[in-house]
Amino acid sequence: MNKSEEIFKKYNHPCADDLIPILQDIQKENGFLSEVSVKEVSKFLKLPSSRIYGVATFYNQFRFTPVGKYHISVCRGTACHVLGSATVLQEIERILKIKAGNTSRDGLFSIEVVACIGACGLAPVISINGEFYAQVTSESIKTIIDEYRTKES
Amino acid sequence: MKTTNKVLMDWYNHKPIQTESTIISSLKRDIIDKPVIYIGTGTCGLGAGAAKTETQIRAYLQKNNIDAEIVNIGCIGICAYEPMVDIQLPGYNRLSFKKVTTQKVDNILDKTFTLEPPKEDILFQLDSKSKAWEGIQFINEHPYFKPQQRVVLKNCGLINPESIEEYIARGGYRALRKSITKFKPLELCDTVEKSGLRGRGGGGFPTGKKWKFANAAPSDQKYLICNADEGDPGAFMDRAVIEGDPHRLIEGMAIAAYAIGASKAIVYIRAEYPLAIHRLNIAIEDAKLYRFIGNNILGTDFSLEFKIKKGAGAFVCGEETAMIGSIEGRRGMPRPRPPFPAASGLHGKPTIINNVETLSNIPEIILKGKEWYSSIGTDKSKGTKVFALSGKITLTGLVEIPMGTSVREIIFDIAGGIPNGKKFKSVQIGGPSGGCITEENLDIPIEYESLIEKGAMMGSGGLVVMDEDTCMVDVAKFFMDFIQRESCGKCIPCREGTKRMLDILESITNRPINESQFQALERIKGVTQIEKLAKVIQETSLCGLGQTAPNPVLSTLKWFREEYEEHIFDRTCRAGVCTNLRHFTVDVEKCTGCTICAKKCPTDAIIGSRKEPHFIVENKCISCGTCFDVCKFESIIIS
Repeated sequence: MNKSEEIFKKYNHPCADDLIPILQDIQKENGFLSEVSVKEVSKFLKLPSSRIYGVATFYNQFRFTPVGKYHISVCRGTACHVLGSATVLQEIERILKIKAGNTSRDGLFSIEVVACIGACGLAPVISINGEFYAQVTSESIKTIIDEYRTKES
Repeated sequence: MKTTNKVLMDWYNHKPIQTESTIISSLKRDIIDKPVIYIGTGTCGLGAGAAKTETQIRAYLQKNNIDAEIVNIGCIGICAYEPMVDIQLPGYNRLSFKKVTTQKVDNILDKTFTLEPPKEDILFQLDSKSKAWEGIQFINEHPYFKPQQRVVLKNCGLINPESIEEYIARGGYRALRKSITKFKPLELCDTVEKSGLRGRGGGGFPTGKKWKFANAAPSDQKYLICNADEGDPGAFMDRAVIEGDPHRLIEGMAIAAYAIGASKAIVYIRAEYPLAIHRLNIAIEDAKLYRFIGNNILGTDFSLEFKIKKGAGAFVCGEETAMIGSIEGRRGMPRPRPPFPAASGLHGKPTIINNVETLSNIPEIILKGKEWYSSIGTDKSKGTKVFALSGKITLTGLVEIPMGTSVREIIFDIAGGIPNGKKFKSVQIGGPSGGCITEENLDIPIEYESLIEKGAMMGSGGLVVMDEDTCMVDVAKFFMDFIQRESCGKCIPCREGTKRMLDILESITNRPINESQFQALERIKGVTQIEKLAKVIQETSLCGLGQTAPNPVLSTLKWFREEYEEHIFDRTCRAGVCTNLRHFTVDVEKCTGCTICAKKCPTDAIIGSRKEPHFIVENKCISCGTCFDVCKFESIIIS
């Protein structure tokens, strides 16, 4: 049994209401939404796959390409912006040599810009695989990324 | 398998038995038999390193063979002092320590256990019947907490959010019982209406009135939705409430559902708040176990099904009809109103959507009465409001103050003003739909109406403070960029207009590289017509997002017009934020003519022959800063 079927088993009376939760479950499992999984959802919910793509592309949460092993979310909320998150983001992009929304070639890192993590009191904030780093500066980000790099080598 | 605490429930149901007092007091933590260490592990605490602190504390306890209980709590509201740790020794008042990093743990625990807590690390002590510590201020003497009146945040940072027992022991779920047993649904709507409570999500519509619409709508099925899709960047009170005191929200929702006759309740919460979702899930399971929600609540025939729906990251879903679309599994696009959701909402059934803070106010209103609530605040805005302080301010965090307090009091008296001796410039209130409050308007009382008069709005209560180092044009550009990305694309004025406004702001903050043909003309046209464009977007958009989209631009234009003019005419940014407006010149004394800058310049703007001082051609320079970075002789000057 593949992963999607396991997810579908949780939904006893599938209807259109379950579309977003199902997509969220699939993304949690696979890291992104593949063409195959969209078709599977389409069959399961008896909805056209165009509609599923329509919904998935509307929301910022859904991705269509795999993420890196370490997924960096950079908060770009107002408080973070005022305290310089733009330069932090630039610095991360410069260090990893990729743009926001992309994954590095070795598959280690990916960057995502998020609207607000909700930790404005500690701005600027980033989170790497769900672990938060507060009051990040363009200097401290280097050591943070290096930590992850040394973990890998 | 978890079971209900029978003693607690007997006490809740007024059946006094002997062991009652000790068990209840130990749940309230008035009496403890071993030291209790509370660690603030909300998202902000964890961000500041609370997890590492906890590991260190556990290691210390194990090493020294101390038997103590460790409790994870939510956030008390001073994010700037995270990670925060409270220590309560048997017989003594609970002490709160600030900035407890791993290095400080051993010292603090050593000294506290020997009854000589290090005073420099202590924030305050809590008031209780136990022995007070000498020479340490109480929480209500601390300048940050003194002016506050905590209704919604009452338990936040004090109780264990994962323990329903503690919530009940502190008087929780009594309002629910009072509502179901003593009130008819319509009376409840009436009480809430008379209390003067207005929607805390931004619009400020009277909550009781909204409930009455749904109450009067005949239907076999009604829904209650809690809007926890706190999309406004700069606001985080809903997260803090759910992380710190989730049962307050559940109780408020159960009362609201009873008042409008809903049998299904949905919490629409952001997927970006994993900890809040986790704690809410635990709380819902516990509330079901104690039969505060689910079938036949408290033995009556009122039943309520509870569900969590995770948002998928769309700001526009904070709009009622868009949120309903999202729950139904569609793109979150608003639809025209009327019909209002109260008449025809989720699946065409009457639906009430209330914000987390609004619903969290309900239990106290029911318990203490509408007169008590309406005695707080001003004429038209009753009660308290939670504000999230962030940006260039000394003490970031959450404050809950009575309506009518001035912005100056919040920023300077409570939160300690602007750090590093900088000058206050403005405070952005209400997020992307709001506006700025400047120095001259700092004394206006916080009310729904007075803020709108000044071109701002209450919004969800995010206060982002800005000092002289913040460029207001850049802030307007930031909001426009946000709105432009978050526009759902349904109506043209919002979809195209916000993009166009962003283009104009970008042309203001960038140096024209190549002003050939119509580019210069278009830029000037944009600048002269930005206000007109803003008006069109305001008047012709369908939903709140579009109608308020130009507010940050209009507000900054109103108060900081001279900054815009400097950007446009003088091409300078006084705050130095718009890096593209920097001017680069060569210091002829220092330049050795090594030609490295000329070679690296992407636009060939630097001329000069070898071993002669170079020169930067102003018209060609795009202010990228490459020459500054490569020059080894510090001969490039930025102005």
